Amino acid sequence: MALRNTRRALIEIALASGSDAGRTISDPAHRVVLADLARSSNMSVPLESMRDRSVLLLTGPQLPTVTALMALDGVASRLLIGLPGLQQADLSQVMADGEVDVVLRDDALASQLHVDAEAPYKRDVDTEWVLFTSGTTGAPKLVSHTLPSLTGPLDDGLRVGPAPVWATFYDVRRYGGLQILLRSLLNGGSMVLSDASESVGDFLGRAGKSGVTHISGTPSHWRRALMSGAASHLSPRYVRLSGEIADQAILDNLKASFPRAEVAHAFASTEAGVGFDVRDGYAGFPASYIGVAGGPVELKVEDGTLRIRSARTALRYLGASRRLADDRGFVDTGDMVERRDDRYYFLGRREGVINVGGQKVYPEEVEAVLNRDPAVRMSRVWARRNPIVGAVVAADVVLREPWVDFDQMRESLLRTCRETLAAHKVPVTLRAVPELDMAASGKLKRRDE
Amino acid sequence: MQSSVRATILDQIKLVAEQQSRLLMPLNDSLPLLDSGLDSLCIAILVANLEDELGLDPFGTGNNVSIPKTLGEFVALYQNGAA
Repeated sequence: MALRNTRRALIEIALASGSDAGRTISDPAHRVVLADLARSSNMSVPLESMRDRSVLLLTGPQLPTVTALMALDGVASRLLIGLPGLQQADLSQVMADGEVDVVLRDDALASQLHVDAEAPYKRDVDTEWVLFTSGTTGAPKLVSHTLPSLTGPLDDGLRVGPAPVWATFYDVRRYGGLQILLRSLLNGGSMVLSDASESVGDFLGRAGKSGVTHISGTPSHWRRALMSGAASHLSPRYVRLSGEIADQAILDNLKASFPRAEVAHAFASTEAGVGFDVRDGYAGFPASYIGVAGGPVELKVEDGTLRIRSARTALRYLGASRRLADDRGFVDTGDMVERRDDRYYFLGRREGVINVGGQKVYPEEVEAVLNRDPAVRMSRVWARRNPIVGAVVAADVVLREPWVDFDQMRESLLRTCRETLAAHKVPVTLRAVPELDMAASGKLKRRDE
Repeated sequence: MQSSVRATILDQIKLVAEQQSRLLMPLNDSLPLLDSGLDSLCIAILVANLEDELGLDPFGTGNNVSIPKTLGEFVALYQNGAA
């Protein structure tokens, strides 16, 4: 049963942070005035019918979901923030894990508002917020948060100045993007949403016209933005990177492109929440961040990975027996770090997921395709560092008959890969090697050296 | 050397476009890279192939280069590396 009266609803906090008519949330096609949300709705169903329900929001564009989140926080018992592209086959798992009562899709959620005669509503339900994160196979994992756990990182001392306009390359239905949306709502600002069908140039042009002052994205987003030449449309006060390792080159390039801006990079995950941000302009983070007790976030390094304990971490996975944190409340981020002098640097994901410009590639999936060829005995897929998208896929194969002409076979293997895998999963480098090392566990050694 | 670097880059652009089923715009120095028909994955593949073909990685760590916007800037980056 949902708890009552433990906090104010999102819409109330948002309007209290500034209620002038200039505050908007916009996408390429629509603009919602924040103040109108107090007496309007974008839903074709009565809001009251959602009371104490578990509601899955599943829309193409972001704006209808954002507007529904504002309307439903404090009314629904649970809001599941669905991502577009959820496979039909995974929907039933999501419905079961999330104990979903209602699915609201584009046909029930408009981009525009209509005046709601029933408003204002009593928003006294302590709504659970559920984010999706991709698992190794099949259905997405459902990560349970609360509004306080999601807004906890906003208390980080960042001074935004008057009338901030926020934007993010992220889809705000993902953790990194949601952080930016919440910042815009809770510190008196406006929000410019990205759109999957819009080019980076068009998005930046629109952001520039909207007077964006604060903007975030992954390092890959930013590399693409700088390549587009459209970054000159912007003169932000604050530029934020998260979601991938921010190397020194991208930090320096951003600082050079936006001399007026503070360039910060943040570490966060859907499960662990925001761990910290780094504002000194350097890659990695100061070693002094580790092991400090008593603050809002406690960090430690164990077995080479970063662990986080804080009130910003998620509560649990829905429907899964798997635990999210250890007995003492630390979330293992799975991100490998290494200390060099007075700083820690990120090495990559422990389990070796290859991050091609923000798109995940599981090595095993590509290996399976290669291994299917009768000429291949075994294969190892690895991340080849790449300055444009962070990493591309590379593969080593051990041939059954090492004396055959590999040039011809390479073409045939790559053709198979192109036919069966998404473009970013097809190996860019494919080599024949005499053997592949195995670890004591009998598993393929994945890390080099 | 300079002209062969350019020729290799143009050959690789055509090869990547063909493999990724991309329609290429007519290539000239003022063409913005992202308007060439190649997306960022294609450009990532191109950079990897050029490292293999030319032994050059002008974006590598330590080389603090600004990101090229046009084909001309891109070619120049490799020509400077080869010089």
